[in-house]
Parts: sequence; structure tokens; C-alpha cells
Amino acid sequence: MDMVNVKVNGTPLSVPKDYTVLEAAREAGYDIPTLCFLKDINEIGACRMCVAEVKGARSLVASCVYPVNEGMEISTNTPRIQKARKMTLEMLLSVHDRKCLTCKRNGSCELQTLCNELGVDDTETYAGDVPEAQVDESTLHLIRDNSKCILCRRCVAACQNQYVSVIGTNGRGFDTHIGCSFERPLSEVACVSCGQCIVSCPTGALTERDQCQEVLDALNDPEKFVVVQTAPSIRAALGECFGMPIGTNVEGKMVAALRRLGFDRVFDTDFGADLTIMEEANEFIERVQNGGVLPMITSCSPGWVKFCEHYYPDLLPHVSSCKSPQQMTGAIIKTWFAQKNNIDPKNIVVVSIMPCTAKKFEVQRDNQDGAGPGIEDVDIALTTRELARLINLAKINFARLPDEQFDPILGVGTGAAVIFGATGGVMEAALRTAADVLEGKSLDAIEYTEVRGTQGIKEAVYHVGGMDVKVAAVSGLKNANEILAKIRSGEADYQFIEIMCCPGGCVNGGGQPIQPASVRNFTDIKALRAKALYDEDKNLPLRKSHENPEVQALYKEYLGKPGSHKAHELLHTTYVPRKRF
Amino acid sequence: MQKRISNLPFQGTKEQEEKLREIIARHKGEPGAVMPTLHEAQEVYGYLPIEVQTMIADGLGVPLEEVFGVSTFYSQFSLTPKGKYNVSICLGTACYVKGAAAVLDKLTELLGIQPEECTPDGKFSLTACRCVGACGLAPVLTINDDVYGRMTPEEVEGVLAKYSV
Repeated sequence: MDMVNVKVNGTPLSVPKDYTVLEAAREAGYDIPTLCFLKDINEIGACRMCVAEVKGARSLVASCVYPVNEGMEISTNTPRIQKARKMTLEMLLSVHDRKCLTCKRNGSCELQTLCNELGVDDTETYAGDVPEAQVDESTLHLIRDNSKCILCRRCVAACQNQYVSVIGTNGRGFDTHIGCSFERPLSEVACVSCGQCIVSCPTGALTERDQCQEVLDALNDPEKFVVVQTAPSIRAALGECFGMPIGTNVEGKMVAALRRLGFDRVFDTDFGADLTIMEEANEFIERVQNGGVLPMITSCSPGWVKFCEHYYPDLLPHVSSCKSPQQMTGAIIKTWFAQKNNIDPKNIVVVSIMPCTAKKFEVQRDNQDGAGPGIEDVDIALTTRELARLINLAKINFARLPDEQFDPILGVGTGAAVIFGATGGVMEAALRTAADVLEGKSLDAIEYTEVRGTQGIKEAVYHVGGMDVKVAAVSGLKNANEILAKIRSGEADYQFIEIMCCPGGCVNGGGQPIQPASVRNFTDIKALRAKALYDEDKNLPLRKSHENPEVQALYKEYLGKPGSHKAHELLHTTYVPRKRF
Repeated sequence: MQKRISNLPFQGTKEQEEKLREIIARHKGEPGAVMPTLHEAQEVYGYLPIEVQTMIADGLGVPLEEVFGVSTFYSQFSLTPKGKYNVSICLGTACYVKGAAAVLDKLTELLGIQPEECTPDGKFSLTACRCVGACGLAPVLTINDDVYGRMTPEEVEGVLAKYSV
């Protein structure tokens, strides 16, 4: 690697020549504050928070985008810089709704943190006109409050990175604001509900639609039997909300917390993930044997499904008809579980804890009511962040909780289900089962490492049951778009594709704990969270979905076999083309 | 001020659509194709409604929001149609101090529309413009290519009456 010699605050050091001033300063032990900068996603040098002095430069430079060169002398903390940064913050505050105490991001707001760290002591320095604030509450998954927006454009870049681009900068000058085309509400444009904008937002301008109160109301209703299920990736991220290191697996404490919140049963969506594999592997084998539409694409990710409906409606026949694990688990709770326990499904409230804001959209989709018309498979989908809020509200000391186990009869998940939370996990889980089924024996080689890792597109060819299966595991809709375009043009020759909406899969979902850019820019969060899942998989006695004893019991007692009429009624669904513009 | 968006029904013709398709085809693939395409599209339609911007976005392979963002950034792009008669009142410094604001108030009252809007029958549109270079005649009103100088609110009704057909 070519290196250059620079000085940061007088200290000489050698750094790679493609470094920015920001990276060089970090290497030297100095953090430069940023607001608009999100590495690889939003590198526009717009907010002027990260200014630094470079000897000989005409003015202060935006360190996030300013490249180093040989002999450069950088200062990161002069009075001139401090004055500039403070002024930037004071000007932002002059048009910012400063109701911090009641803001969802109180304590995790990057603007608040910077004001605190950089000694802003007057919010009225530039008091004057404030633009008329717009609040968009049109969708099921998020609220946009422009009075908290600082126009950093991180959300716009995140949306663009998902190849969706339904939000952008409208107007000019003082009227500049984030919005949709023709100022339409978000619900009327082709938003896929992924929530990547929310986790990119430094302030409280973008938040999930909070449904905690609905859950509390259900828990406090003696008529209701309230059941909770948690997605595989929650255990790998929830701990961050309580100050634990990224990648801490908190499965046991999470279960204990949910039980203390008063849920009547604490179930594992991993059960539904194993069930999904049973149905999906069966569907895949059927498609292969009966000349069905190939490649088959997974359907677990509701953001991806909605993307396909809006942007590639012609490819919907490729999408597996399987409901997502969340919906499958809900459907089984309100049928098999309800019958076994003599509970009227109308009195059951299924709450799911998901890494995902699109799940809030998914629960109200058509054809997601396996127990009968009007009985939704899942009633309320909460994000990881909302669960943390519930735990805080109940003043449960999370760190001191014991480790507890999920409840039967939907409480067992195999290693195959656990890895659903990471990109490539569904593919690997499906291959573990499909290979056993097609070979007619239990295989020992079950680690499909080629589809692991956080790259956006992973491809492999596996020899399964006497045939070569070409697979791809794709995460992030920009990458999905690349693959879909190839399918549309006939260039692609895959048989089976996993697509996850969010880059890195569910561990990096739009409902996961928000890490500030200062962490996100220098840490591979999705890799750390995914590692927690693969580690759990490695240590579980059961690592193949079809070995899940509860899933076996379900088929034996209730569904018959995968792909049966009953299974289709409860566990499969349909899709609808939606408009793009 | 935020740009006004027309909610009048789109009345584009087949000929206009053909012209737009030709414009899009000509600019497709160019770097920065959105600006010139919007320019020429506005020459064809007089304004840039959602129907036109959607065709541009679809044709150029650019997100609609990006096209809309550009159309709201530059003042020369209009999101409202022009009427058969475009009434333009100068609010430049000279006209303003000579009472153009009162003339504008009278216009909005009589036409029932705000600046950057068009009457539902498509007859009149109203624009508040900057200096037209006839400060000696302040305040100045133009209707299409006709110029009316030293306007007073009382004279507005009589001037508009000349454009009854």
C-alpha cells in the first residue's frame, strides 16, 4: 500500500494515501465530529461539522472527504475550528425543534451529543424564522418529523443505497426539506418500509411508528392471551440498547425480560424459521422436479417482497409462496397452539419482536390470516428498539436478569433457524434440509461457508441430490436490483436465490438498535451481530430445521407433510403488483 | 416560498407526448440529462406536472423524486400550467414602491387564484415576476405580450375584461 507522511496536531505519522483527513486524524488518536458523513453511503461534505485546518489551504476543509497528501499538516482542534463547529451547531439549532426531553432520540441523538461535547451553551444565538414543519404519519412503519431534521441527507442516501429513492431534497434555500415527489405522503410512493432511513437518521426526525402502548393495553386486558415471538436477530442486537458490546448474544435475558413484562407465552420465531425451511425446501424441490418457475427466490423479508411488487412485478412468480417466519409462527399460534390449549384464537394477541420496520407493514397484508378471516396471524410487530423501550418502562434491570428458556410448544429453534438473521442464513438452512431430503440421509457436512459473510452478493454451486444447484445470497436492495435485472434479461442461471432487503440481512435491519455514525463509520456492525448468530448455531445440538422436534410434532399432529393442503392454507400467501411511481 | 403544485387535471395531447418521448430519447444516457429534458418538456407542456415528470423519470431511468427535486430547486421550472392569458404583475423594487402589491391583491381577488396558479377553466394564470425593465411605467402589468403601465387596483377589472374570450 502506498503511504504518505502527514502531521496531525504536530504528531508525524504515515497513513495510506487514499485516506481522508478524518481517517488520518483517527489513526493519530483524534476523533473529528461528523454529522452528515456515513461511510460509503453519504460522503458529501455538506454539514461542515468535520472541519479541520490544513496548512496552506485557503479555508477550513471538510475532513470527511478531503484526501491526505504527502507532507500535509493537519490541525483538528484550534480555536478557529471550535468556533466554526459551534456556529454550525448553533445555526442548526435555530431551526430545530428543541423538545429534547420528549424526543425518542433523547440520549441517542447525534446533534444532542455534539452540542453537549462542543460546549453549545445558547440555543437562541441565531433565533429567527423557523420553516413550517411537516410531519408525515401516513405509513404504518415510520413517522417523519421535519422539525427535527437537520438536512444531513443521510436518509436520502440510505434510500438511494436501497435503490428505492422515494425521498429526496425538495425546494431550495430556506424552503429546503426532505420529502417525496410532488410532496405526496410516503404511503403513496413506492417506499418498501425497510427503515434504513431511520437507522441512518442522526436525530429524531425519523422514528418507527411506536406501538408500545398497544402492547401494554393488550397485556393489561385480562380477556387477552398475549403471546410474544422474537426473531433470530433480536438476541444479537438487543443488548446494545442496554450498553452491552455489539455482537453480545442476550437470548436468555431477552426471554426473561419478556416473561417479566407479562407475556403469557414467550415463543421463538426460530420455530417459524425452521417451519419456513420445511415448506420452502419442499417448494424448491417441487419446482425443480415439476418444471416450476426458477430461480426461486426467498420470501422471508417483507421489505424485499414489497420491493419486488413495486419494481419487478413481472418477477413475482419467482418469489416463494411461503409466508415469512413471523407470519408462520403467528398462524400456528392461532391454530395448532390455540386448539391444543383450548383458547379462542380471537382472544389471542400475537406480538412479534422484529429487527424490521417492514414487518409492521407485513402484518396487515392481505392473505395473512391463517386462523380465519379477520384473525390476523400477527397483531402487533415491534422493533428491537420498541422492546428496549418496554423493558426500560418496566424498569427491568436487563443486565441482572437470569438466562431463561423459551416456552414450548413453539420454543425450539435449530441452528439453521438462528442464522436466518444474517445474509446467507436462509440459503444455508434450506440447503442443509434440501440436501438431506434429496440424498435420503443425514449429511455431516452442513456448513455452506461460501454463502456466509457480509458481501452484498455471494454465489456458489452445490452438488445436491445428484444435481448442481447454482445459488446466490443477496442482501441490500441495490444488489438485489443487480441480480433481478439479470433474471429479467435471462442472463442469470441460478436455481435458488436468497434476497434480504437490508444490507447484511436482518442483523442490520431498520428496526435494530441505532448506532451513531461515530461507531458505524469505523465498525462492521452487521458482521459482529452475525457472528453472534453463527456462534450460537455452531454450539447447538440441533442444526437442521427438519430435526426440530416441535416442528416434527406439528406436522405429525396437525399439518401432515410439507406442502400439504393444510400447510398451504396456513403457511403460504400471495403477492400483488404495485405501482412504481 | 414552496412551489405550488397544480391539481388541475392533466390535458396533454398525443402530439405533446410524442415530442416528449423524442426529447427523452435524445437526452437518455447523457450525464446530467434531467435539467435539459425538464427544460424542453416545459417548452412542450408549459409546465411540469406529475404525468410529465413520471415519463421523464421512467424514460431516463432516474428516480421520480430526483426529477422532482431538480424541478423544485430551479425557479424557471413551473409545476402549474399557464392559462390562455398569463397575467404577470411586476414586483420589482420600482413597481413595488409604486403600489404593485395592491394591484396583485386585486388580481387575486378578481381571478380567485394565487400567484403560480391557473383558473380552473384554463383561461387565466397569475405570475408575480421581477423587474420587466419598464420601471418608468411602474407598476407594470403584462398579459401575454400586452403591457399595461401605471396600474391602479381600480383599473384591473377593466383590463381583464378585454380578455373575455
